[in-house]
Parts: sequence; structure tokens; C-alpha cells
Amino acid sequence: MTTAAAPTDLLYSGTEEELRSAVRALLTDRCDAKSVLDRAETGRPHDPALWHTLAAGIGTAGLLVPEKLGGQGASHREAAVVLEELGRAVAPVPYLTSAVLATEILLGCDTAEAAPLLRELASGSTVCIPAVPLTLAPGAPLPAPVRDHGGGVLTGTVTSVADAVAADVLLVLADTGLYAVPAASARLTPRVPLDLTRPLATVTLEAAEGTLLADAGTARAAVAGALLSGAGLLASEQLGLAEWCLTETVGHVRGRHQFNRPVGSFQALKHRLARLWLDVASARAAARAAADALATAAPDAPLTVAVAQAYCSGVAVRAAEECVQLHGGIGMTWEHPAHLYLKRAKADALALGTAGHHRGLVADFVELPAP
Amino acid sequence: MTVITAEHLLTRVRDLLAAHPPADTDRADFLRARFDAGLAWVHYPEGLGGLGAPRSLQSVVDTELEAAGAPDNDPRRIGIGLGMAAPTILAYGTEEQKQRFLRPLWLGEEVWCQLFSEPGAGSDLAALGTRAVREGGSGDWIVDGQKVWTSSAHTARWAILIARTDPALPKHQGITYFLCDMHAPGVEVRPLRQITGEAEFNEVFLTGVRVPDAQRLGAVGEGWAVARTTLMNERVSIGGMRIPREGGMIAPAAAAWRERPELRTHALHQRLLELWVEAEVARLTGERLRQQLVAGQPGPEGSGMKLTFARLNQEISGLEVELLGEEGLLYDDWTMRRPEGVDFTGREAGYRYLRAKGNSIEGGTSEILLNIVAERVLGLPPEPRDDKDLAWKDLNR
Ligand SMILES: Cc1cc2nc3c(=O)[nH]c(=O)nc-3n(C[C@H](O)[C@H](O)[C@H](O)COP(=O)(O)OP(=O)(O)OC[C@H]3O[C@@H](n4cnc5c(N)ncnc54)[C@H](O)[C@@H]3O)c2cc1C
Repeated sequence: MTTAAAPTDLLYSGTEEELRSAVRALLTDRCDAKSVLDRAETGRPHDPALWHTLAAGIGTAGLLVPEKLGGQGASHREAAVVLEELGRAVAPVPYLTSAVLATEILLGCDTAEAAPLLRELASGSTVCIPAVPLTLAPGAPLPAPVRDHGGGVLTGTVTSVADAVAADVLLVLADTGLYAVPAASARLTPRVPLDLTRPLATVTLEAAEGTLLADAGTARAAVAGALLSGAGLLASEQLGLAEWCLTETVGHVRGRHQFNRPVGSFQALKHRLARLWLDVASARAAARAAADALATAAPDAPLTVAVAQAYCSGVAVRAAEECVQLHGGIGMTWEHPAHLYLKRAKADALALGTAGHHRGLVADFVELPAP
Repeated sequence: MTVITAEHLLTRVRDLLAAHPPADTDRADFLRARFDAGLAWVHYPEGLGGLGAPRSLQSVVDTELEAAGAPDNDPRRIGIGLGMAAPTILAYGTEEQKQRFLRPLWLGEEVWCQLFSEPGAGSDLAALGTRAVREGGSGDWIVDGQKVWTSSAHTARWAILIARTDPALPKHQGITYFLCDMHAPGVEVRPLRQITGEAEFNEVFLTGVRVPDAQRLGAVGEGWAVARTTLMNERVSIGGMRIPREGGMIAPAAAAWRERPELRTHALHQRLLELWVEAEVARLTGERLRQQLVAGQPGPEGSGMKLTFARLNQEISGLEVELLGEEGLLYDDWTMRRPEGVDFTGREAGYRYLRAKGNSIEGGTSEILLNIVAERVLGLPPEPRDDKDLAWKDLNR
């Protein structure tokens, strides 16, 4: 593995900023903290109407899909901007799972069978969810808990599948290949998630019938590639989340008075927030680098993604923890949205590989072997 | 006026290289020709080593010259002049001052030092007490006082100096900024040996030093504004540096890890990887800052880069000493020496560890920089203070 850095564009383009504005305006309107919380409490966090506008109306679902397959023909850079905004809003939409992971798997399969599904995904009319545990990491061995009894009759159980409850179609990695399984023919057992905004379920297949999309070799490579993209883009969600926490906290300590002065004038807090700002600024560089490396298929993309995940996970958690702490008592309440961010940040730190896992990948890539 | 583009600059660089092939041109001659071609600092005005081009285009010139094996002007040795004196003279100097000082400064013919800190005024720099009193007849200034921690005073030909010209005013208002001849009678430089064993900085005693009024920079009593220009340039000059992946402090630590498998432990491995990742992220953050400058949308990241590098340098060099095991108990050389600059690469781990301790003190401590980020970037309120309107002479010093 080469360690030389490829030239990287770490800024946002005009188009990306326009996309950001559109997504932010929609989320401000339709996805405020109170409605996110209200929905989460019903146990059905997803808002299908919001998803429809985001995915089909603004066209974000097809960003990664080429135009000839009905998508926007954009890149990971644009998808990353969408994820920043979704992170800022802890938006309960299956973007990471459907518009990134499932889409990348199908693109990686590159088969005639996958194409129609990609079209539906890109148009936002179908939500397609990979039936893999949210913790599955790039570079980790792929589990194959699902067996094909012949002819695509599938049996097996997959745990911790994120957004499965929103799925129309599940992408199932079985021993013989990748299958599309109608969600209705699987048994979904919702679990109580730490992150209220990204529901988890156990997916059980009992002789469910799937349509073969790709053979085993192709499927495994496609899933591995999708996990890499997912991990790289998750860094942008973590960045957006951290940024919200910082901004919100700075706003709070400026306005909150104790000891006859704003608590934000106390140096102990100023220094903590200044350090956090520094971390967020650094996370932005790391997340942008990952998005750009994926978009340009840079040779060092796996390293850049590992760096971004190793770094951004921790920043998001720290930002959310500081947010709770520096809000004082109100930060511990159910009404204040800080907890939604903390829960998402902590779950994100496990999703698609922990920081420790990604540091291990870095060690391999740059030849700093373990003892 | 025509806008200078990257292509313009490349043509000029190639003309320079053709007229003065680096391989058979004397180093000093090449540097002079480069300055006179306006390729020293391209954003400076014509005649002063520049072309009035966008600052961001400097990297075009540097990259091309580096590729051609052209000599550089050893910025490490003349860092204070380049990074601090020059931009301040450019912003506040008279035409004569700019003509007189900028060329020899850039060429490294005249090294500069910074006479700011005093025993009683460090972080609270504006509290300084060195006096400059104007002589009735000549109009010259007579300076008396003591400065401290003055890097390179022993090699410097000139100094940027701030002194108090009116003690009856509040501390920020009674200060004036001067360019001081280090060879003038009454300037005495005494080495201060530091934590590394060498004497990189000095005490400087100023006794009846005569400074002509022509060496005043900016208006009388407005030295604080001038000094702020210097300080701002001091702090951002680090973030603008371009380093390769695994450049900087992490390089020798990673090399030791690769070359010495017998030294590896699991605990050190985890720390090394964490720091490798942080160093890579710091590199990317610096790169992003540079790209913002090029795009004309400077972000506030620069205010943080010095903080980041100070912390990383300290943590990485600390790890390196531990990694070396028994060898980490040793030091390369305690002999007192008078270096011309900081040598992070020529010395061993122990030196790096000790010298890096200064990174969070020199050029504004990390605590002060965190205050600046909190107040200027995040807009957090300042701490209440009672020294702003008090006459300097009435301060509790
Ligand atoms: C290697 C090196 C080279 C240097 N070179 C030069 C040079 O060439 N020219 C020059 O003029 N100076 C130079 N300096 C001096 C340097 O700028 C000062 O040391 C620095 O500004 C700190 O001032 P001080 O040493 O007086 O510490 P103090 O200001 O006394 O600080 C003591 C401690 O208190 C903390 N502190 C102070 N005020 C606050 C506050 N408001 N809030 C929180 N914490 C605070 C500081 O962070 C520090 O930890 C150099 C210093 C070093 C270490």
C-alpha cells in the first residue's frame, strides 16, 4: 500500500453548498428536534413523508447512481454533504443504509438483475436495506449467517440490522450470492435501540424466497466496497452531528448566567469549547478527505477512510458528551434534544467499525504492525 | 493592472531558472535574482521581491523551484524576519523602510529577532515596561529596559522592538514600535541556557540605546496595533506550512517502530496509531486551510493549527522517548551550544521531547490561544477585567 497522499479537494463546491441549503431548509421545516423525539417515542421513528421529499423531491437518494440508471450521477462528495445535514438534525431517515450502503452494494454487483432495483432506489420509490449488522466493518471478515437451500430459498438470522423496519426490499448476503428479498417475506423483530433515531431489528428468514442479484464472489466484493463507502461517509454524519452539538452548546453558555455573568465567560468552559471547535475543524478536514478519496476512487481511499473513522467517531461522541455536560441539568432531560445526539453519536461510534478497528486498518496500510 | 496568474508565474520561474541554472549559480546570486524577479514572496509589491500577485500563488513558485533543485533562503534560520518582521514592515513601514529592510531580510543577509517579551510581561505583553524617551534636540529615541527569551538575538542584525512611550496612558495605548539595530551601543545579549542544554534564546539588556525616529514603525503610541499584526502573523505562519503525509514529528517515531521490532508493545502500538491518525488529520486540516486561502475564503482554522501542532509534537516526542526503552534513558549531547535555529530533525528523541515543550509557550501559550479561539472564533464573552482603562503606571505589576 502506498502511503503518498493523493491530491485532495477538501472544500465544498458551489453545487454542494446549494444541495446543503436545500436539505437544511427541508430538515428545518420538517425535522425539528421535537418531531424527531415525538416520533421516536412511538417506536416508529421514520417519517415516510420526509423521506419521500428528501429522496425523491430533492433527489438525494440517487446521488451515487449514474444518470443512465436514473440517478443524479453525482458523487460521494455530494452524498457526504447530505449526511452532514442529516447528522445535524439526527434525522430518522434510512439514508446511510438505503441511499449509501444498499446503493453501493448494487452498484458493486453491476449485474442486469441489480439495475432495475437501482433505478427504484434512485427514484426514492423503494427503500432497500442491506441485511447486515450495523457494526459490520470494512476490512473485517464478512459473516454468512444465511444459507441458501437451493434456488434462492433462504434461511438464517441477521442481528442489529439498521432501518430494516423501513425496508421494502432486503439485500441478503447468503453463502451462494446476494439476494433481493421482499421485506414482507422476512420476519422482523424490532429491538430497543440505544439510538432512538436509527431503529434496529433482527431479520429472520425462514425459507424466504430471494432473487439472485450476484454470485458469491461478486457479492462479497460489492459488500466490502459498500462498507468502505459507508464508513467514509459516516464520518460526514459524525461531523454534522458534532457541529450541531458545538454550536448549540456555545449558544447555550453565552446566554446562561450564573455568578452574575454568562457561564461562557468562564475560562474553564471557554478552553473546553475552543478545543472542541478545533476537533470539529479537524474532523471536517478528515471527513472531506474521505468523501473526496471515495469520489475520485483514489488509491489511498481505504487509508483515508480509516483515518476519518478513527478520528471522527471520537469527536462526535465527545461533542455530544460536552453538549450534555455544559447544558447542566437541562442537558439530562428528555425534552432537550441533546440526548438524541449523544445516543446517535455513541451508536455511530460502533457502526461500520469502531475507531479501534479503523486504527488497526491504518496500522496495516502504513505498515506499523502490532507487536 | 493585470491580474497575475499561475501561468504568468510559471513563465517567470522558468525564465529565472534559464538565466540562472541552479546547478552552476552561486546560492546568494540565485536568491538575489529570484528576489529581483519578484518571485520571493509573490504577493509583495513589485520592487520589493513580489509582483502583487495573489498570495495563494506562492506555492506555484515554490513547488516549481523546489523541483528544479533551486536553493531556498533557509526560512528556518530567518523565521522571525520572514514570518513576523517582514509582514509588519510591509503593512506599517515607510517606503524607505521597506526599501532598506525587506531585501536583505529575505536574502538572509540580515537575521531578525523579536524584542517583545520581558521578565514582567509575557502573556500580558501589553504590560511591558521597557521605556523609550524622545530626545529633545535630535528627535532620536533613547531606550532602556530588559527583554527576555529572545530567540536568535545572538545572530540577529536587527530587531523588532516594542517599548513604552507614555506610562500615563492605559497599557495598550502608550506603546510604540521600533526597528532596533542589534549592533547599536547599549545593546547587550546574554545567552540563556535552556531545557535542552543549548542557548537558543537570550536576555537582552537595553541601556541608553539610541534609535533614530526613522526606525519607528507606525505612529507614536500606536505600537500595540502594529504588534498585533506581528503576533497574528506569528501564529498563522505555522498552519500554512505544507507537510507530507507522515512528515513532521511522527516520522522518526514511525521509523523507530518499523526498524526496531524488539521495542514494540501493545500499549505503545495503540498510542502510536492514535497519534499517527491525529498527525494525518492535522496535515489534512492544514491542507484544507491552504485550499481555503487559495480559494480566497480564509477560514478560522489557522488560529487553531499552532495549538494542534504544539500538542501533537509534545505527545509524539514523549512517546518516542518511551518507545526507545533503555536508549530513552540517554540524551545525545548536553554541551552548551548557540544554535542558529531549531533543529528538530538533526537531533535525537530526547532533544525533540524537551524542545517541543516550548511549542506550547513560544509565540503565545496554548492557554492564551485557547482564549483567542474561544473569544474570536466562537464569540464567547471575555472574562471580566479591570486593567483596560487603568494608566500603565498604576497597574499592579
Ligand atoms: C523557546 C521560546 C522562544 C521564545 N522566543 C521569543 C522571542 O524570540 N521573542 C520574544 O519576545 N519572546 C519569546 N518567547 C517568549 C514567549 O512569547 C513567552 O514566554 C510567552 O508569551 C509566555 O509568557 P511568560 O513566559 O511570561 O509566561 P506567563 O505569561 O507568566 O505565563 C505563565 C503561565 O500562565 C498562563 N497564563 C498567563 N496568562 C493567562 C491567562 N490570561 N489565562 C490562562 N492562562 C494564562 C500561561 O499560559 C502559562 O502557562 C519565547 C519563549 C520560548 C519558550
